[in-house]
Amino acid sequence: MAETTIELSRLEETEKEPTVLSLVLRKMWHLRLGVVGGLVILLLLVTAVFTPLLAPHDPYAQNIMKRLLPPAWMEGGERVHLLGTDHLGRDLLTRIMYGTRVSLLVGLSAVVLQVVIGVGLGLLAGFHGGRIDSVISFLVNVMMGFPFILLAMSLVAVLGPSLQNIIIALGVTGWPVFTRVARIETMKLREQEFVLAATSLAFTTGRILVKHILPNLLPSILVLATVEVARAIIRESLLSFLGLGIQPPTPSWGIMLAEGRDYMLLQWWLAAFPGLAIFLAALGINLLGDALRDLIDPHLRKS
Amino acid sequence: MKTYIIKRLIQAVGICLVISMISFFLLFLNTDPALLLLPPEAEVEDIEVFKKQTGLDRPVIVQYLDFLRKAVLEGDFGESFVAKVPAMRLIAERFPATLKLALAALIFVNVVAVPVGVVAAIRRYSLWDNLATFTALVGQALPLYWFGIMLIIIFGVWLGWLPISGSDSLVHLILPAVTLGSWIVPINMRLVRSGMLEVLSQDYIRTARAKGLVERKVLYKHAFKNAAIPLVTVMGMQFGLLLGGAVVTETVFAWPGMGRLAVDSIRMGDYPVVQAIVVIFAMCVVLGNLAADILAALIDPRIRLD
Amino acid sequence: MRTGERQQSPRPAAPPGIAPRAAHLLRVEGLKKHFPIRKGLLGKTVGHVFAVDGVSFAIRKGETLGLVGESGCGKSTVGRCLLRLYDPTAGRIIYDGQDIAALSPRDLTRFRTKIQMIFQDPYSSLNPRLRVKEIVGEALRVHNLAGGRSWLERVAEMMAEVGLQADHLARYPHEFSGGQRQRIGIARALAMSPELIVADEPVSALDVSIQAQVINLLDSLKEKHRLSYLIIAHDLAVVEHISDRIAVMYLGKLAELASDREIYLNPRHPYTTALLSAVPKAEAGARERRRQRQLLTGDVPSPINPPSGCRFHTRCPEVKELCARTEPPMIQVEPDHWVSCHLFS
Repeated sequence: MAETTIELSRLEETEKEPTVLSLVLRKMWHLRLGVVGGLVILLLLVTAVFTPLLAPHDPYAQNIMKRLLPPAWMEGGERVHLLGTDHLGRDLLTRIMYGTRVSLLVGLSAVVLQVVIGVGLGLLAGFHGGRIDSVISFLVNVMMGFPFILLAMSLVAVLGPSLQNIIIALGVTGWPVFTRVARIETMKLREQEFVLAATSLAFTTGRILVKHILPNLLPSILVLATVEVARAIIRESLLSFLGLGIQPPTPSWGIMLAEGRDYMLLQWWLAAFPGLAIFLAALGINLLGDALRDLIDPHLRKS
Repeated sequence: MKTYIIKRLIQAVGICLVISMISFFLLFLNTDPALLLLPPEAEVEDIEVFKKQTGLDRPVIVQYLDFLRKAVLEGDFGESFVAKVPAMRLIAERFPATLKLALAALIFVNVVAVPVGVVAAIRRYSLWDNLATFTALVGQALPLYWFGIMLIIIFGVWLGWLPISGSDSLVHLILPAVTLGSWIVPINMRLVRSGMLEVLSQDYIRTARAKGLVERKVLYKHAFKNAAIPLVTVMGMQFGLLLGGAVVTETVFAWPGMGRLAVDSIRMGDYPVVQAIVVIFAMCVVLGNLAADILAALIDPRIRLD
Repeated sequence: MRTGERQQSPRPAAPPGIAPRAAHLLRVEGLKKHFPIRKGLLGKTVGHVFAVDGVSFAIRKGETLGLVGESGCGKSTVGRCLLRLYDPTAGRIIYDGQDIAALSPRDLTRFRTKIQMIFQDPYSSLNPRLRVKEIVGEALRVHNLAGGRSWLERVAEMMAEVGLQADHLARYPHEFSGGQRQRIGIARALAMSPELIVADEPVSALDVSIQAQVINLLDSLKEKHRLSYLIIAHDLAVVEHISDRIAVMYLGKLAELASDREIYLNPRHPYTTALLSAVPKAEAGARERRRQRQLLTGDVPSPINPPSGCRFHTRCPEVKELCARTEPPMIQVEPDHWVSCHLFS
């Protein structure tokens, strides 16, 4: 950047020009974070799949004699129960591990539903425009402005709290994000000459949408989907926390948090660790998503 | 400009209508409302009689229009199943508490996010900048309710600095406000930072500097004012986030506001209150957005060309 | 390289009122395309962009017609109407005895394959997620014209025709240069064995050195595949070499339509003269005559609110009082030479 001499001295005081080194380090840092995120996700997946083999105890086994034990490194704790026990004597670590399954299952399923609905509507709105677009856009605006919680809570309350219904509630309230992105990208793509070429080659609209437009949407959708999984996990645990989600005794991180809240004055670990699990899971997924976005963006710009 | 406002107003009304419709019809999805009002042992004939008496046997559309009429003209959303008082009264009682919380959170957010964002932009790649990025990353993944609970544990129990429940004094407001704001701080920080960055690289800033103006004046008078515009627009959107967050925060801190009322009502199936809250929330969000958009249009003439 | 033979026709191929001839591959009559401008709360139509406002011409079998004009004159719109990428507001497009402007989308499929298009921007005319072989051969598969082995053979054949190698087939578009991408686009158009190819500014986005290559490629393909061309360009120099006839367009209407030689040696319309005087004189010689550099005054008027009477009158150095009042009709000044100007009416 060319600067006049008058300003140079001022600038050196307030701005540090980014050196090539720092830019590269930043990029690597981002990617490294992404790797960390990837590892976290791997850990989650492995835990979820192999829990029955890895968990030290039965998540439902109660033992009143051993209730409210603190973590193993604190006074009164036992090695057998690494993270302590809850108010019914159930091993906390085990329940957290089993909770991974619930969270991942709900998170992934909900996002799949969101993508199907959201991208479908976005394609329609973006490609056809006109009235269909107005209606869909209006719907998207309505839903995006509204606090998700109320909508989802009401749905679950009406449908009844079951795993299935939670997935439905999350899916049905979460699709607008995808529609917004899909719509804009579709509108941009629609004007690209290769789409015009496909039209002039007499391809059906269906084929154009599926083979030409959709594959070009995928990168952005993928990045968004990653982040949405994290949000879905948080939302599910929120619903469970409020008592409107997974019902006890099924181990969900949200329920454990709710139960832990009653004991938070003295037995803080009951609330801290499940919440930490939620936080770390969401963080890991977000890191991966950010790194993905970094990777995909320049690639898009190059081509 | 006028067309813009009118168009937005119509949109706003439309949105509220749609939402009221959704929440109303939600009720009929699963259960027959009459069954909720009557004791479980009621005979089928009694149920029919009851329905006729209260008008629950009319077609759903008619019931909806009736509901709409009463709600809009008289502010009558029906009576709470649980408390046996008009639903609006319950809401009105709780509204100020939520308002207090939301305002406090908003103040907290901007007091933290804006300066950090500005400094992050000015001193790029410095400690503050990295801090901002880090916060943004972490903030996205942080579950509100866990954060609240951890705050309670750390500051309330271990350190004993702050009270953990009740809503009497200003001190009680601190933890809940911080919790509620935690969702929004990273967003605003990033916005201020990117807004400042963009503005700082503009030519008129260099001109101001070349003119020999004091740096601080340059920053404030020229740069910040322009960078603040996207912030204002976003604040409208944040209404929704604030209200949603309020639901959670109030539950965690036992704060007597609308959010907690919402959760309790939904859990107990108190439909009139739920409907009323949903509509009120919708109105708040929509009006908030509208106000922010109009404000933005006033500040930035470019937006007006709609 | 201009084809040696001239079309020896006793009657010229320009439309108004001329009976259809068997040698006409495509005839355009009174083509109009108006885009509505919507504004306000309810999307009211407050005006129109008169992109194409009554254009008529014909293309003979085996002929190359060049359509030139400034940006915004509507030439690209004409091309897209021919491909039915836009639906014409009025007028007829007669191909093979049928008015394709009026066909339903289903019946259109048959004609779509006979008329193909080459697009302007090499960077957006190829789907970045498909391999080259898919891009070139997709239509063959969709329309069941070739399958299995023969499909691959045909695709490779097309690639060879445009001067690219078979091992390029498995690559992605971003691995190629602009000129190569245009060739891929040409291969895609050729794959369907069309009769007419509309090239919409085929070389505008390419470096000058590559432009000649691509133009020559088009020319050499013409004979072998028995093609006819409509080449749309804003630069006369581009079409001059390979066009048999040239049509000059201004603000949605045709100003002049004549053979290549005639346009060059004997331009009649003041706009054509101005266009020609802007062409850099790369060659000296007998074909050049001294022309004064004719500069036009004023900006190009907007197609939303075109000038009354003759569209060109606001910038015409030979403007008369009549020009602002009435539109000049298309007049034949010589065999196969038509002009729309009051100087000749």
